[in-house]
Amino acid sequence: MKALSVFPTLLIALIAAVMVNFAAVPEPSGRSPENAARGPAPTLTRPATPVKDPDGEGFIRRWLILEPIGANGLTQSVVQAAVRREYFPKQFTIIPRDGEKVQIEGSDLTWHAVDTSLHNINLYHFAYALSKPTSNVLFWAVTVIDCSRELKDVRLAIGSNAASVWWVNGKEVIGIYGDRQSVIDDGVSKRLTLKKGPNVVRCAVVNGGGATDFCARFLDKDDAPVKSFTVNLG
Amino acid sequence: MMTIRRYLAAALCVATVTLFPAITVAQRRSGPDPIGAAHRLAPTLTRPASAERAPDADGFIQRWLVLEPIRIQIRSNAQLNDSFVQKTVKAEYFNNQYAVIPRDRDKVTVNGIELMWHAIDTSTYHVNLYHFARALNKPAFNILFWAVTIVDCPEEIRDVRLAVGSNAASIWWVDGREVIGIYGDRHMVIDDGVSRRLSLKRGQNVVRCAVLNSPGVSDICARFLDAEHKPVKGFIVNLEDAAR
Amino acid sequence: MNFRYSAAVVLALVSAAFALDGQIGIHDPSTVMLCDGKYYTFGTGGSSLVSDDGWTWSRGVAPGRRGMAPDVIHIGDRYYMYVAANIGGQPKAAVNMISNRTLDPDSPEYKWEEGGVVASSDGIEDCNAIDPGVFLDPNDGRLWLVYGSYFGYIRLVELNPRTGKRLNPDDQPRDIAINCEASAIIYRDGWYYLLATHGSCCRGTDSGYNIRVGRSRKVTGPFLDNMGIDMIKGGGKLFLGSSGRVVGPGHFGLLDLEDGVQKFSCHYEADLDRGGASVLDIRPLLWKDGWPVAGENVREGTYEIESVRTGTALELAVEGVPVGGRLRMPGMPGGGSGIFGGTGGIIPPQDVTQVSQNWPAGNIDLRLSNYMLQAQQKWTIAPVADAGGYPGSPYFKITIAGTDRALAATDEAELVAVPAFTGAPEQLWRIEQLTDGAYRIMPKAVPNTREALAISAVGSSFATLARFDPGGDRQRWYLNTP
Repeated sequence: MKALSVFPTLLIALIAAVMVNFAAVPEPSGRSPENAARGPAPTLTRPATPVKDPDGEGFIRRWLILEPIGANGLTQSVVQAAVRREYFPKQFTIIPRDGEKVQIEGSDLTWHAVDTSLHNINLYHFAYALSKPTSNVLFWAVTVIDCSRELKDVRLAIGSNAASVWWVNGKEVIGIYGDRQSVIDDGVSKRLTLKKGPNVVRCAVVNGGGATDFCARFLDKDDAPVKSFTVNLG
Repeated sequence: MMTIRRYLAAALCVATVTLFPAITVAQRRSGPDPIGAAHRLAPTLTRPASAERAPDADGFIQRWLVLEPIRIQIRSNAQLNDSFVQKTVKAEYFNNQYAVIPRDRDKVTVNGIELMWHAIDTSTYHVNLYHFARALNKPAFNILFWAVTIVDCPEEIRDVRLAVGSNAASIWWVDGREVIGIYGDRHMVIDDGVSRRLSLKRGQNVVRCAVLNSPGVSDICARFLDAEHKPVKGFIVNLEDAAR
Repeated sequence: MNFRYSAAVVLALVSAAFALDGQIGIHDPSTVMLCDGKYYTFGTGGSSLVSDDGWTWSRGVAPGRRGMAPDVIHIGDRYYMYVAANIGGQPKAAVNMISNRTLDPDSPEYKWEEGGVVASSDGIEDCNAIDPGVFLDPNDGRLWLVYGSYFGYIRLVELNPRTGKRLNPDDQPRDIAINCEASAIIYRDGWYYLLATHGSCCRGTDSGYNIRVGRSRKVTGPFLDNMGIDMIKGGGKLFLGSSGRVVGPGHFGLLDLEDGVQKFSCHYEADLDRGGASVLDIRPLLWKDGWPVAGENVREGTYEIESVRTGTALELAVEGVPVGGRLRMPGMPGGGSGIFGGTGGIIPPQDVTQVSQNWPAGNIDLRLSNYMLQAQQKWTIAPVADAGGYPGSPYFKITIAGTDRALAATDEAELVAVPAFTGAPEQLWRIEQLTDGAYRIMPKAVPNTREALAISAVGSSFATLARFDPGGDRQRWYLNTP
């Protein structure tokens, strides 16, 4: 039972009727009164090198992530409406610097450069470590991959928990919706070309409740991972 | 392709005469009754030289009394359906035809033609009736064969099944009770027709069959299977001491 | 032995499905347990279901500890139940063990005993310690518990098979999958399979629940799916998703009936025929190319019953008539356009009322024959109301399509078609899909014997009743759409 995200529905009725030894189940984000940061996320670190290679399976391990914005709903129409709403200037083109801030609905939200020790970016870790909400949120993330030569006929291949929309060099290439788990190569773009030099990969991830994360890599025409690039957020 | 097969069968007939010169030579030498001159009836059939015969390693009965074929009007292979076979087999051709245990070379007269019973051993698991008829210079197509054997059991064997194959249609009796009928222009396959469970009593048990064939090869095979579907081999075939 | 699903898949489109009967509302059912001749399963919130035959279910008694998504295993003389509880708010949770000598509340031995916590999550770590699944390794007798739900990892800990408790509480749990729940491990032919539920529960017809699987040579993983993706990276080959009239299957549980018959239990988040309620189901578990496949319980319909042993079809021992009538040969009186020219029109299916006029009025023997699309070879399989059943299905009657002539077992353990179905036990049939996709067909009862027998091909052209041999093809049958 996916109690975290759905408790308000059937389970409330089912369990409330018969259970005596269950406490109420608040959203994870609401369970702590702390407002201060809770220490580093287990899988995320601040970049310590100028560039970062993809991992052995081509996953991009360095991203700039904006602290979460409140959002509700995971259906296609709701997610599309959420990501198209303007939260901050140049939200589809900005390449922020680590520590840069934007103001949304009166709150300052900070962009954080992160490296992940895994194939995925654990956004729950990210938000939780910053004492930010993890449920009913929208994350913006962006990275820049630097190609030594043009790469034709590749595809962006991503997984996300939950819904997400993706852009490469400003063009929307993937949208996956619903309350889904992060699976490698869950959403895959049509064939595209990575130009020589910097290419911008951007995403917006919307989560309902529970864990939230994403992973991304490029696949060549044989579905083999593309690894001939570096990530440079310089 | 069954109709076409009729013509192939005719060609096969010609080819067989060529392939088995020994048989045809024997026939020319010894006239209508080759058996007195040549013990070897056909490539796979011989006249019994021992008093009794055990089944082979797979349980197949290798000794039979076979009556020379009775000519039957069969318009086509498609005619060998259930009702035609039942009706044809169950016409009376000779006295006591469901009970007789003939001796080797006993004769019966069918439709004014004298036909002889032949005791035969087969060197294979099956009895090649086409060889049998050809070696005797008898018609091999559009015919009815009667065959009978005696299975002698040292003790009662329960829950066994008679399992037969025949080319083509055939009806089978064990101790006078009809237990199998398989119909149509079929080919001989081991254990094609299988009876319900039956008991072989201690002593002699009579296994009888009638086989109808239109053009083409004709043969039968028969054995008993036990409750585990394994061949029954605890019996002998003894045609000499059969109670007649 | 070949593997066929086609008949069932095609028929799914055209025939009625049968879910279980009785009171089957439950969420997160445990593995179905057999105890003293009754089947039991336990769900979230202390719910439980009990059945005498695995087909008709009724409400049972709550176990000694109410909680979320229990699982149960029988080892030695005890039933061990693992059940999760929140201890403050998920993902802070714990799995408790309770045990009992029997699952029958009417037994004098019925008494739940607390066994303590065997796994937990602190609310911060990457795990939500609910949804336990317990697995006894048949190779070495080691006992394992998997647990977890979406929040981070599915985890594996070892239990003591003598006590049901944690073998060594200090051992670090192993992470074996991520972002799923309702995990269970099963073993077959050198592989350990981790089945887990992806998607969302508890949203009625909007629940995306689906059961996925990965496999490993070791119980500790890594569990890879058919594409080589580790379940710890979100992999998982689809085992069962929504289909037909049911939405959101989840919470796999193995029900091994032995003799090569395996079934699985699950719940559907929404059964459209029951107003979208969450219900229990039991279905055949098949295997193909080293992967588990969800089979289908038999559906009402008309079939050819083909022997895997011989390739021939079960039929009444009557003289068949070619479909469209006997061919008129060229040059013969009434001859048509020749043997290869056809009739020039559509030949309709054979009319059983016409061809059956020559059939005997009484009992008719059965045999096997080359399937020729003829009326005596087409069988209608239909459930019989109020006749009981077996895990997953009701008993069926098997009649020649368009007639009331019913397949029956005789007092000599043979087969016969009686003129009319009377509902007698020897005319009721248990039809179960085997792990290779073929079916086993057994009468509910055979006069004069208590032995369980199945329809068996004996030779090429005859069928009888015999003990089921899971290693052979004699008692395996395909149900083909005619």
